[in-house]
Amino acid sequence: MVEFLEFTLTGLSAGMIYAAIALSLVLIWRGTRVLNYSQGAMAMLTSFIALEVVYATGNYWLAFAIAMVSGLGLGAVVERIVVRQVTGRPPLNAVIVTIGLLIGIEGLAGLFFGGNNRSFPEPYSPNGLSIGKVALGITRNDIFIGVAVLAAAGLLAVVFQYTSIGLRLRATAFNSPVARLLGVRVGRMLTLGWALAGLLGALAGMLVSPSTLLSPNSMDTIFVLGFTAAVIGGLESPVGAVVGGLILGVVLSYAGGYLGSEVVNLFGLAALLLVLMLRPTGLFSSAPARRV
Amino acid sequence: MIRSHSARLAAVVAGLAALSLAAAACSSSSSGGGSKGGKTALTNSAPGITKTSILIGSHQPLTGIAAPGYSEIAPSANAYFQYVNAHGGIFGRKIVYKYLNDQYIPADTSSVVHQLILQDNVYAIFNGLGTPTHLAVAQFINSQHVPDVFVASGCECWNAPSTLPDTFGWQLDYVREGKILGNYIAQHFKGKKIGFFFQDDEFGQDGVKGLNYEIPKKQIVAKQSYDPTNIKIGPQLAALKAAGAQVVVSFTVPAFTAIMKLTMLGLKYNPQLVVSDVGSDPITLAGLLAAFAKNKTKGFGNALTQGIITDGYLPSTAETSNSWIQLASMIHSTYLSKYPLDGNVLYGIATGYTFVQAMLKAGRNPSRQDLINAINGGLPQGFSVAPYAYSATDHNGVTGAYMAVIKNGQLVPTSSVFVTDDTPTGAITTLSTSQPNAPASNIPSP
Amino acid sequence: MATPSPTPRQAPPLSDQVEFGPGISVSPWLARSTLLRHAVFAIVGAVALGVISVSLGAYRDFQMATVAANVVAVAGLTVLIGLSGQISIGNGAFMAVGGYVAALLFIHLHWPLELIIVAATVAAALVGAIFGIAAARLRGPYLAGATLMLAVALPFFATRFSGVLGGDQGLGFFITVPGFLGVNFSLSRWQAWLSCGCGLIALLLLANLVRSRVGRSWRAVRDDEVAAALAGINVARMQILAFIVSAACAGLGGVLLAIVVGTVSPGLFTLSLSIQLLTAAVLGGLGSLAGAIWGGVLLVLAPTYLQDVVVSHGFASQTTSSSIPIVAYGVVLIVVMLIFPRGIQGGLSRLAGPIIRRNDDAPAAPTPGDDPRAVLTRGDDPPRSPRERTSWRRRSPAADRKEKGRR
Repeated sequence: MVEFLEFTLTGLSAGMIYAAIALSLVLIWRGTRVLNYSQGAMAMLTSFIALEVVYATGNYWLAFAIAMVSGLGLGAVVERIVVRQVTGRPPLNAVIVTIGLLIGIEGLAGLFFGGNNRSFPEPYSPNGLSIGKVALGITRNDIFIGVAVLAAAGLLAVVFQYTSIGLRLRATAFNSPVARLLGVRVGRMLTLGWALAGLLGALAGMLVSPSTLLSPNSMDTIFVLGFTAAVIGGLESPVGAVVGGLILGVVLSYAGGYLGSEVVNLFGLAALLLVLMLRPTGLFSSAPARRV
Repeated sequence: MIRSHSARLAAVVAGLAALSLAAAACSSSSSGGGSKGGKTALTNSAPGITKTSILIGSHQPLTGIAAPGYSEIAPSANAYFQYVNAHGGIFGRKIVYKYLNDQYIPADTSSVVHQLILQDNVYAIFNGLGTPTHLAVAQFINSQHVPDVFVASGCECWNAPSTLPDTFGWQLDYVREGKILGNYIAQHFKGKKIGFFFQDDEFGQDGVKGLNYEIPKKQIVAKQSYDPTNIKIGPQLAALKAAGAQVVVSFTVPAFTAIMKLTMLGLKYNPQLVVSDVGSDPITLAGLLAAFAKNKTKGFGNALTQGIITDGYLPSTAETSNSWIQLASMIHSTYLSKYPLDGNVLYGIATGYTFVQAMLKAGRNPSRQDLINAINGGLPQGFSVAPYAYSATDHNGVTGAYMAVIKNGQLVPTSSVFVTDDTPTGAITTLSTSQPNAPASNIPSP
Repeated sequence: MATPSPTPRQAPPLSDQVEFGPGISVSPWLARSTLLRHAVFAIVGAVALGVISVSLGAYRDFQMATVAANVVAVAGLTVLIGLSGQISIGNGAFMAVGGYVAALLFIHLHWPLELIIVAATVAAALVGAIFGIAAARLRGPYLAGATLMLAVALPFFATRFSGVLGGDQGLGFFITVPGFLGVNFSLSRWQAWLSCGCGLIALLLLANLVRSRVGRSWRAVRDDEVAAALAGINVARMQILAFIVSAACAGLGGVLLAIVVGTVSPGLFTLSLSIQLLTAAVLGGLGSLAGAIWGGVLLVLAPTYLQDVVVSHGFASQTTSSSIPIVAYGVVLIVVMLIFPRGIQGGLSRLAGPIIRRNDDAPAAPTPGDDPRAVLTRGDDPPRSPRERTSWRRRSPAADRKEKGRR
């Protein structure tokens, strides 16, 4: 029983990270219909920047704030300079461009920061928590991860629903020509969308790097799983992204714990195919419109 | 460079002509000849060897998932070669070490090795790194009759003189290591519950094979593996904890040893750790755990490594009075000061030293077969604490190791050296001879 | 519902010569018969490759063989994506199936090489069929996600059944030069000839398929699924067929790669291989077999060339400087995509102007709905420039006039 509890809690904690990546992918997909393969790499880069800040000042929270700001900046810069050129072209061009970004960013990180694994700080102690004698299998950091991701998701939801900027973002995502006709600065909204996604990615990077050790390739697997979570949840729905992430995290945790590490990826594939066979556009999507 | 067949043929004929002239010169009076006064003149005795240089090649993971740590090995070997080159070279020839990046991807390994052998005409492939990567090219290298020396991997598969006659291992192979660790555990942890945690590939599986030969079955309560692409190992460690393992033997690479220790903290699980030499370098581990030292006493990273039991087949870098460590420190401070003097740097220098030993034994104008014969004839012990197994029927390298514990961030030997073989029933014996000292000139004698 | 007959190809009157290219006229029989034309291309290609192989050294033979293996896999993928409109980031998994089946047949059953190649291709096609059926209802990014996980999860089988499949070590697959070529024929040249020969045959078959009714059905499904269904095409069957063809090509590519490298192991067929195939297909030019050739060549030669450049300048001895070719490769991908939005083949075609006049249109990349009205009603596509052409191939004047009349 204790084992089951530990698996579940560690799975939820892992799932939160996948949810953060999934959320950022959903944001970008809804806004610009681009699958951003470099999301994980961007998160890795902002984490390296944060690490340099920690080396320089020793202050984790300052580094955290700077990572968030860099995430915003990096997302905006990438959209303006690179992605803007491929909007309006065949959609696969954007895919290749983001793959090129992925390779380029990982190369840059290797160039500037070297290829070695770096130890990454956590805000709280790595010692596990327990209720009485029962070890829960998670630490304060895992709780922080959960709170941070849910807060970010909640904040985004509030911004989207209740602010005018959110309304404009939604309008751009829904129907950009009409939005443009109605006076929305579509270009700026697209940039803002990417910037917010960059912020979420930076958050995921900061939260997961202590347990992955930071290196140019450390976000690769996290990204694949985050992408899978986004697809499970449905690329149109932020709620789906979070739920998809949690489901994936928990399923993989049970698979790894009860059956061994070999089957983990297979179970990920099985979970994905199962969901997609039942609902071809993910769990939380509306029925796909058939255009005639 | 594109070479036509006729150009290459011409080069071979020229080489043969030169060789025969040199042989004729040798057989004539010894007072004649060049200013070397009796020494044979240098010739282009094999592809890759000219009068002034020896070109060798390698495939290394300089970037990518295997780069952390392992990318230091080739520059370290090259540093030793540079030292040798600066002090007379190999019979006056300089070693040119061309190592290409394969990113630990076997398809790229195949591509760069084909380039090195077919286009660059290297004399030998030295220290190819990685088991899955090198397996993709071992057969090809042998089919070209190119020496494939001192593969940087502990797989038993390099010991195959009948099918891979030109391939030689170097480091202590994983089965032997498993046996030595297993033997230690069986003697010192009688009655305790043992759990295995191993990387789910040949490194971990071979290690577990060795452990299984030595540890009584009824003591083993759990075996969990991990996939190196997935750092979420919490579930597997929780399973080990649920099985009640009091001692966890791990065949993990350094990154996963660090993550394992951290995750165990999170699970409030504190078994005795016995870690393979591959993943237990104290300096590397301390660096990987350093971030958790914030606000705590200095060396918290070290506190997390305290008490880890491991083995070693090279001297500990903490033994500053050891002549080999002094040699390595000298090379390190001269050429490699931007890296810490950790296990990977030591490994690189040690393999470089072994290559120089082999080349010096191969003779003044060696053919490729001369190098093979030199190693088949056995090599004297160098950096390693135990002798090599090299012979015509055994292409394994180091045959033994000592047990050690990590104390205050340093590797402290706790036993004498054990040697063994990699058969299920081969005995584990204590080595009676001690390690010979390093040569005063820092270069092996021919 | 009656199946509409395909647009009749208006054959030129027999007495005219057909303009094949600037200044090149060919007999109308050649212009009319697709199979003959493609066969001529294939034979010319084979001769050219043979000459190159004999005059260059063993290393170039090795590179040719690797390029051929990649080109076959990329060709299958470009047909899948460019013609049938389905995305796959998992064709590396089908390559793995082909390679492993070939190795197993070779080691355990000692079949002759030709039979092994065919059997492995069929096996990969079967797996493609299974996956195609499972994923038939998926579209766009959801299909991408499913194929991504397929590529990631497949190595599992090698480790799980390591007794048979060799685990991480993989299986050896060492072919020898057949006796009739003589003792002195080098292995690398035989590998190059084998790979290029199989590659040309595969391209020939694919080219015919693309120009056939199946190819036209694929394009119809890609451009407008509902219309195609209304016109009587069985959409699901076409989608699955596309997967089967692309998986078969990938399987063949896998066998050829295994022959060239000499072993099959999980490390040979990673996720990054699948992504590289996708990159090569798009960079070369989606939907175009010539594009597949460009893509395959680029995939093999670009990283080698970049690394050579860096090594010759004295860098690349450590991680930091070894990262330079990596960054350069990423930049190359981005820049080529920005300069040649239709891929290399598209860019070349646009520069070279109309080369072959055909009546059946072959728009290359899937651009669903260029109708300006649809953009407003659909609302899920980013704004497109109205000047954007859908096809880099020159349309017939009739189609041009028709489009102008619509505006």
